[in-house]
Amino acid sequence: MFDILSFIPRAIVQGVPLLLGSTGETLTEKSGNLNLGIPGVMYVGAIGGVIGAFFYEQSLPSPEAIVPALAVLIPLLCSLLGSLLMGLLYCFLTVTLRANQNVTGLALTTFGVGIGNFFGGSLIKLAGADVPSLALSATSGYFSKSLPVSSAFGKLFLSYGFLAYLAVIIALAASYILNHTRTGLHLRAVGESPSTADAAGINVNRYKYVATCTGSMIAGLGGLYYVMDYASGVWSNNGFGDRGWLAIALVIFTIWRPNVGVLSSFLFGGLYILHMYIPSGMNLAVKELYKMIPYVVTIVVLIITSMRNKRENQPPAALGLAYFREER
Amino acid sequence: MRETVHNPLFHVVRRGVIPAWRAWLIRGGAILLSLVACGLVTTAVTGENPLAVYVTVFNGSFGTSRKFWTLLQNVAMLLCIALAVTPAFKMRFWNIGGEGQVLMGGLAAAACMICFRNSLPNGAIIALMVVSSILAGAVWGGIPGFFKAKWNTNETLFTLMMNYVATQLVAYFCVVWESPKGSGQIGVINQSTELGWLPVIGGQRYLLNVLVVLAVLAFVYIYLNYTKHGYEISVVGESERTARYVGIKVEKVIIRTMLLSGAICGLAGLLLVGSTNHTLTTTIAAGRGFTAVMVSWLAKFNPIWMVATSFLLVFLERGAGEISTNFGLNQSFSDILTGVILFFIIGSEFFINYRICFRRSTEREG
Repeated sequence: MFDILSFIPRAIVQGVPLLLGSTGETLTEKSGNLNLGIPGVMYVGAIGGVIGAFFYEQSLPSPEAIVPALAVLIPLLCSLLGSLLMGLLYCFLTVTLRANQNVTGLALTTFGVGIGNFFGGSLIKLAGADVPSLALSATSGYFSKSLPVSSAFGKLFLSYGFLAYLAVIIALAASYILNHTRTGLHLRAVGESPSTADAAGINVNRYKYVATCTGSMIAGLGGLYYVMDYASGVWSNNGFGDRGWLAIALVIFTIWRPNVGVLSSFLFGGLYILHMYIPSGMNLAVKELYKMIPYVVTIVVLIITSMRNKRENQPPAALGLAYFREER
Repeated sequence: MRETVHNPLFHVVRRGVIPAWRAWLIRGGAILLSLVACGLVTTAVTGENPLAVYVTVFNGSFGTSRKFWTLLQNVAMLLCIALAVTPAFKMRFWNIGGEGQVLMGGLAAAACMICFRNSLPNGAIIALMVVSSILAGAVWGGIPGFFKAKWNTNETLFTLMMNYVATQLVAYFCVVWESPKGSGQIGVINQSTELGWLPVIGGQRYLLNVLVVLAVLAFVYIYLNYTKHGYEISVVGESERTARYVGIKVEKVIIRTMLLSGAICGLAGLLLVGSTNHTLTTTIAAGRGFTAVMVSWLAKFNPIWMVATSFLLVFLERGAGEISTNFGLNQSFSDILTGVILFFIIGSEFFINYRICFRRSTEREG
């Protein structure tokens, strides 16, 4: 029996990290930066939160002394700081030094995943636990706190931590800013044709920096949500898996529209866990094929948008290219 | 009235041609700086004497003859995949799907080993493995190539997604062919009969891989520099419009090059499954498809320099691994060090391509 009432909330919690990741990456790509370092950034965002929470919990004289506001703010700020630094590093290399974006992004992913697993592993050692994971249940409780409702409606809409709602708000806000404000117009101009934007007096480098760093911070929140809410504060190395790449896939799937991303990310979340819900009996192998679906769907969307060749559905024209004013 | 002109502290100018030796001097400097940075990071984390750290790095690759052969094998495989993606890069086709293409090659090789082990002799199996894994890789590379040529589908994202489709396909077959039942892993294929195992040359398990990759190196070098195909690739890469103007069929070149690129990746998969590991897992490519992108790019798509860059990356990676083991850090530390080194090298390209002109202290009257 397909239990839709338990499926949808689980699809949504799976979708939230993807939504944050893809919103961040969309903003970044709109400025013409193809940041393939997003998986690494999300790892750093997650570990930043974990480090903050860990040292906050350690500094408490007793578990009862925990202050809710600090328990949320410290991990949040640490996470934002971590992903901001990653974004700055990427910008410095690709915008200021005009390095190749693909190479820089891949290196950033290696670096970020390494940072996450290294510090995660070190904290696990510090905590001296028997199991290879780290549990921060006290702080995480505040992240996953939701309204106490038990009706079907409440389960579907009100059973998530605050970051989930924040993710939706950020996505809608990003969509509004991109399409209905002057800043958004300028940003899109930078991504489509930086030389035109430059000629119109837009500071191309500043837009690229701000968009990419903001994007990184949003994506980092996705990592934070994953570890503090979805995983209830349990960090295990490589636990985040390939969600970062899935977030990049989602950007294509939503054809660079954060508002479309809200529902699509939940759809992707659903596809991600579909294999647990489809009765396959003893045939475990088929489950592996189901896990392929999000990627296949993304490829299909990519092909269809390129075949239809509608101008509003294309990637930003200058995506992946460094801009140098003296080169026309 | 004097006109006041805002004069920035410095401005950036593109360099014309820079002599090769100066370019490599800058890169060498960046590598040295990155090593210093890595030493500092390691010292900060472990509290060890930096010199001891470098000795450890060196031992990681040259400590014992076994370590040295492992180094050679890793360099060979990384070089092979880097050589595979290079023709595509030269025509500005960002094939970051090396990972998936290697996996498909490996999958095809493993399939031949498993499906025909009771019906065919060893020689026939090996011949089939070679053909099928090269074909599988070529198909996996050719698909994004076809769509890029026909509809200009973004190849970076397409090839990236193909990696995960390939990973899941392999995961599927890992469960289908699992042995023992329930483990979810294939284990060593044909352990008792050694059917389909590529021959061991000169008593060294990895020598065959090294030799095959050297042959691939010679092939790619000649293909890119001395053939009509290679010339067409560079023209398409430099300017697609020029290519069309002089009558090169750009679509054909893109598809052909991607077929070749995938085929060499498939060959790498064959070597990994048939010779190195004798088994198939989803992590058999071990991220080399991505590292190969950097190897190729760092060498400026020059096959000969790729020997040096792939050696450098593997050497550092193994050294960092050795540091992690010796000083009781976890293995991810090597990823951090690899990242730091890459950032330095990536950043150094700026100083090769651009020149910084500082403001003159005394303004000339003009």
